[in-house]
Amino acid sequence: MKVVLQNLTKIFPSRNKKDKNAEVVAVNDFNLEIPDGKLIGLLGPSGCGKSTTLFMISGLQTPTSGKIFFGDDDVTKLAPENRGIGLVFQNYALYPHMTVQQNILFPLQNLKGENRLSKEEMLKRAAEVAKLVQIDEYMNRKPSELSGGQQQRVAIARALVKMPRVLLLDEPLSNLDARLRLQTREEIRRIQRDTQITTIFVTHDQEEAMSISDFIVVMKLGVIMQTGKPQWVYDDPANLFVAKFLGAPPINMFSGKVEGGKLYIGEEAVLNADGVEDQEVYVGIRPEGFILSREGKLTCAVSGIDVMGRDISIVSTNAASLNPVVRSIISADEMSKIDGSVAKFDLKQHKVFIFNKETEQRIYFGEQIAAHEAMLAEMEAEGQAYASNQGPLPREADDKAKADAPVALDKGKFAKVKDCFKGLAAKCRRKKAPAAEEEAPVSEAEPNDTAEPSEVDHE
Amino acid sequence: MSDEKIVTEEAEALVASEQTEAPAADGGKKQKKPPLSKEEKKILWQARWSRWKAWVYLLPAIVILGIFTVWPIINTVRISFMGQWTTEGGSTWWEGYSYSAALNPNTHYVFGFNNFSSVVSDIDFVTCLTNTLLLTVITVPISTMLALLIAVALNSIKPLRKVFQTIFFLPYVTNSIAIGMVFAAMFQMVWPNPTGEPMSVGIINTIIEAFGGTRINWMNQGSSHFANMVVLVIYIVWNALPFKILVLLGGLQSVNKQYYDAAKVDGTSRFRTFWRITVPLLSPMIAYVVITGFIGGFKEYTSIVGIFGEKMGPVGNDWSLDTMVGYIYKSMGVSEGKAGAAALILFVIIFAVTMVNLYVSKKKVHY
Repeated sequence: MKVVLQNLTKIFPSRNKKDKNAEVVAVNDFNLEIPDGKLIGLLGPSGCGKSTTLFMISGLQTPTSGKIFFGDDDVTKLAPENRGIGLVFQNYALYPHMTVQQNILFPLQNLKGENRLSKEEMLKRAAEVAKLVQIDEYMNRKPSELSGGQQQRVAIARALVKMPRVLLLDEPLSNLDARLRLQTREEIRRIQRDTQITTIFVTHDQEEAMSISDFIVVMKLGVIMQTGKPQWVYDDPANLFVAKFLGAPPINMFSGKVEGGKLYIGEEAVLNADGVEDQEVYVGIRPEGFILSREGKLTCAVSGIDVMGRDISIVSTNAASLNPVVRSIISADEMSKIDGSVAKFDLKQHKVFIFNKETEQRIYFGEQIAAHEAMLAEMEAEGQAYASNQGPLPREADDKAKADAPVALDKGKFAKVKDCFKGLAAKCRRKKAPAAEEEAPVSEAEPNDTAEPSEVDHE
Repeated sequence: MSDEKIVTEEAEALVASEQTEAPAADGGKKQKKPPLSKEEKKILWQARWSRWKAWVYLLPAIVILGIFTVWPIINTVRISFMGQWTTEGGSTWWEGYSYSAALNPNTHYVFGFNNFSSVVSDIDFVTCLTNTLLLTVITVPISTMLALLIAVALNSIKPLRKVFQTIFFLPYVTNSIAIGMVFAAMFQMVWPNPTGEPMSVGIINTIIEAFGGTRINWMNQGSSHFANMVVLVIYIVWNALPFKILVLLGGLQSVNKQYYDAAKVDGTSRFRTFWRITVPLLSPMIAYVVITGFIGGFKEYTSIVGIFGEKMGPVGNDWSLDTMVGYIYKSMGVSEGKAGAAALILFVIIFAVTMVNLYVSKKKVHY
């Protein structure tokens, strides 16, 4: 079943109805066409509206404006039960008082009229779907007697048993431990392949989304940032946000400039950038985009080397880097090319992305232009619409202020007064702490805040 | 902290040595203990204090509970088996323990089951037991069901929820004698007396007449036992609702909303959602409410006094609505032994019913 979202918008009104500024635009003019039988990952940081989108598709939340189509049917105003969807909740929402079998049978028992199945048919369907998700041995157990992964599969079975047109999964793996997560995501992939049901799942874990989706949708603050096959989105990010969000270890960011057809990082010209206007840019280099070379153009001071067997990860610093460290992954054989504490790198052009400093949009240069066009052509051939955010990126009112917010909140007026009483030592400690770890010393100091007065009492 | 610990450890060693040396001293060895230094004494007292600290803090509570709860319970059991055989004019009969007789130095009490047999064979006791059982068995299910429905309704509305919650909660904070008197006024109907004086009609009968019915003698002289019971049932149910609504509403609000979302996606009808999801998820609360309801029901007393007065019945039919607690209270006038026996019987009944409740809920309740 093809799912089409047209100009989907969801605005949560503010508590104070007159205050227009406080309303939250969770999803903003969302346009997406989800092809039949594919597994789609909605990916984004928390609070980006991905779950809201999912709940709007499910019908549990009504869009403020815009339309939802399943195939050719407009389902925007349809109640959830009439949409033919299966929904798996983040914490599964299995009925704790029912056995696995009763849980799976529950949606079937709700069917009425001609859709109603006989008892034998129901049991047969439940057994089939239980077998599909491999929980047929546990049919008589209660959910509390199952492990997280098994509960997860029961939840999927319950969603699948009524043969939904669309299967929706809300952060299906977030409650599982790391090993189970790997296992279960393969499982979800397998079940989806077997059933060929159009599946949409929500996650904030980019690795998870990349590994099992046919197609990912990267969102930020309710706006689509980019859609496409996971590998494409990784290889060809449309803007700074996507480049930073995908990839582990994360992309290395530098501030640089383009001058006279050359890309500079700091004072070093690292690549040719013919045809790009002179401007200040952000430069993003994937960790695997570095080539160690004695004549390399980018010079970094090595601060450590993590050996990972086949590869090594060089941790280094560069004055122009926007991250505390530059992390590059190269083959272990190349290690000899490091001269003392200085590493010189050549860069792979297709792993280097430059972004306009104002709009944070990607600037294609050199071979990248052709590669990007080839990708667009391929996508069109496969009938997938390419979408990427071309306008100015939505930005938090003040990103930096937000990052500081928890610290400011923790402190408050009262804590500030307490701070005055604190010894000089504590103050020094805070000053010494690096800016990036600003939160840590404060949270360390918190227990002291409460502990100190009580100590005084004892004395 | 660690210093303190070391101190207590040292001190405990000291205390221990003190205890082990004591018998040796008695053994006649007369080995003189070296006198403790001031420091050591201080540590010793600290150790003693830390040992008995908990008990000292608990002492007031233990004393009060002992005097006002533990001893009365033990004494009730003791008294309920106590009585004397009195012989007068050739016949001998059992007299239960009574405080006034106990003051007589010639009274010698003996123990026996006669208090119990005299209670059980008392025709009044049978009336009281029937009334109590009837009221409990009728009111507990009705009030629980009503409370559940009201709680679900309250939980599903947003505007005015607080207002309704307050209204439903009012009986809980009102004195039940006072409410009983108001109920008595509402169900009142006094026949026109022969002199043609104006009669008094309560609001219930006024309403019945407004809808074209004939007024019913709910609770005045000559009223039927059935009508009396109806009034009582209405009153007790109404009075029991607030607590139950409070508990069930609390339970409802702690049920994860996702179960309902899941049910909605699966197209579950409201009726099925209620019976298959709400009730099972609320079952611990329902069990609690039912068990406390039964216990409360067996102790019914004030409501009847409130409506029908101290004589526990409509005029001319005294004691017809008496309950177990009323019976115990009444027996006090005869002998404390008999009252104690009746109290024990009531306890055994409540205990048995609660056990049955717990047994059933173990099978049906999902925790």
